[in-house]
Amino acid sequence: MASTPGTRRAHPKRTTSRPGEAELPLGLTPAQCRRMYRQLVQIRRFEEHAAEAYAQAKIGGFLHLYIGEEAVAVGALNAARDTDHILAHYRDHGYALARGCDPKACMAELFGREDGLCHGRGGSMHLAESARHFWGGHAIVGSHIPIGAGMAYAMQYQQSDEIVLDFFGDGATGNGIFHEGLNMAALWNLPIIFICENNLYGMGATLAEESPVSEMKIKAEGYTMPAVQCDGMDVLSVYDAIQKAAEHCRSGQGPFFVEALTYRFRGHSMADPELYRAKAEVQRWRTKDPIPRFGDFCVKHGICSARELAQVNEEVEQEMLDAVAFADKSPWPEPADVARWIYAKPIDPESDGGPLAVGREVASVEPQPEVSEAGI
Amino acid sequence: MAVISYRDAVRGALRDEMLRDQRVILMGESITGYGGSYAVTKGLIDEFGPKRVMETPIAEAGIVGFAVGTAMGGLLPVAELMTVNFALLALDQIVNSAAKFHYMFGGQWSVPLVIRTVSGFGQLGPTHSQTFEGWFASVPGLKVVMPSTPADARGLLLAAIRDPDPVIFIEHSLLYSTKGEVAEGADPGQDEIPIGKAKVVREGRDVTLVGYSRMLLQALQAAEVLERDDGVSCEVIDLRTLRPVDYPTVVESVRRTHQVVLCGEDWRTGGFGADLLSEIQDRCFDELDGPVQRVAMRDVPMAYSRALEKVLVPTSDQVVEAVRRLN
Repeated sequence: MASTPGTRRAHPKRTTSRPGEAELPLGLTPAQCRRMYRQLVQIRRFEEHAAEAYAQAKIGGFLHLYIGEEAVAVGALNAARDTDHILAHYRDHGYALARGCDPKACMAELFGREDGLCHGRGGSMHLAESARHFWGGHAIVGSHIPIGAGMAYAMQYQQSDEIVLDFFGDGATGNGIFHEGLNMAALWNLPIIFICENNLYGMGATLAEESPVSEMKIKAEGYTMPAVQCDGMDVLSVYDAIQKAAEHCRSGQGPFFVEALTYRFRGHSMADPELYRAKAEVQRWRTKDPIPRFGDFCVKHGICSARELAQVNEEVEQEMLDAVAFADKSPWPEPADVARWIYAKPIDPESDGGPLAVGREVASVEPQPEVSEAGI
Repeated sequence: MAVISYRDAVRGALRDEMLRDQRVILMGESITGYGGSYAVTKGLIDEFGPKRVMETPIAEAGIVGFAVGTAMGGLLPVAELMTVNFALLALDQIVNSAAKFHYMFGGQWSVPLVIRTVSGFGQLGPTHSQTFEGWFASVPGLKVVMPSTPADARGLLLAAIRDPDPVIFIEHSLLYSTKGEVAEGADPGQDEIPIGKAKVVREGRDVTLVGYSRMLLQALQAAEVLERDDGVSCEVIDLRTLRPVDYPTVVESVRRTHQVVLCGEDWRTGGFGADLLSEIQDRCFDELDGPVQRVAMRDVPMAYSRALEKVLVPTSDQVVEAVRRLN
């Protein structure tokens, strides 16, 4: 489904409160809050099922879970317009689901099937749906930072009011490409929000090992752009920060940097033995879990009852069971199609070593699951 | 038809396409007031302004990443990387972003990007005298073009800008002042030279010389010498595009001449000629009357001193020697 400009307002009108409902902060409506709660649960349950499927070797390669960080994607994408452009890093399931991508197509992509969001060509780290202006998970750390700047320039050039949201981790700030991208965005006053998810670890490196400063926003301030921190475990704190940042960008004031202080509850990837951090630390952060926290908020403000929240959990659980069943049944991509999409304007197969060679050895056997020896 | 330089042919193609299509924008280091390191973009800033001719920081990876983003946002970027040596800093964006997106996202969008860059030498020392076309040509998802004449430079650049895929367009510093006939102002559709089509620039019977860029001119010179001094008739093929390679044209020629000399300027080991050689022996081994000969750069970093540079750079004399080894 292609989203059309103006389908959502940046500043939704406040609806009349029902009797007994407390006033909601940040101009939020009960419907928005319910939507955000459902998305938080969707991401959590999607990934728990993905982890299970990975253990059964139904998903190969690398699987990086976003569990614990859900509030960042959900808060940010709900504060933005559906037509705003998003680019993300490889821990990308949360952005896809918060942008409304079909969990079935997302799961099928992880399973490497033809019905996957990218027809099984990208996998977990490379989800994308351009019709929803979700321009991908990017798996070379920081590489999508100048790409986001370029998209923002294209919006500015075409006098569009769409802005760009570019998500990356604290680890990316040590890479030169981060600095090249921020430098350009500030130099050309581009409408882009840089969202740094500071989860305290660049894979297995602690913040102290990878950065001379513990606050990533300091690095952005060097490029003269406004930079704020928000609580990445609190969907409302993220929503608030991104709403302000989006207003700044959309009104032509240039880039904005938001550092979301967050934490991943699971290892870097499924292969991570987590030798670099203490179990007590993980436990401490688990008490800040964004899902019960926002659930409590919803109950407290009369948005929904505890029973209704439980019902959402059940509905989402069924949705994800359906997604797994769908992915399981989805056909494998045709081996004969392996060279499809290398080019948008295909080249003569006689004039290239690749497709010609591939054509000679088209396999037709059912791919067998392999236990991954993946380290990253 | 006008006789213009290779430099003016590139500039003319950029200018005409910018006039024709508002989406075309340029970006690069010192391409505005300075006019570009090789003066290719000189004057374009005055005509099109800083929104369409963008002066960038010295940040090659950032430039290419930024250009990829503008392409995804609906523009048609032509990014200049001052020399191919500096393109190494942008390899990640070229290989992992530009070349991959259309495939890895299942055909959802393409990256209509042109990267213009320059090979060449001239006492520039080891870090500024290299050529890496073979590296780019090995990447599925890229198209790689190396024109040898002003007419080809214009026609291929127009095709590259209109192509929906990323194209690496490698010019040669020693060709910028060469001149040739160019048809300017032709109608769109009539003015392109298609990517992926080689050209037989000299017909011959005895041996096929395959070259591109500066080495094509060396091959033509060698063909003259061999005709005059040895009575050997050389067919000379300008590949023009290194990915995709027009193998049918090469193979058809080899089936008539039965002998091949491959002329390139990159290092012999792992150089583009090695790949050509492999495909030729695979496709027409039985047609060959002798081993495929290669003229390539010796596997030595380019030295600064004129005395040493002379020893390393492939020349038409080396092409002549290679043909004589066969006969």
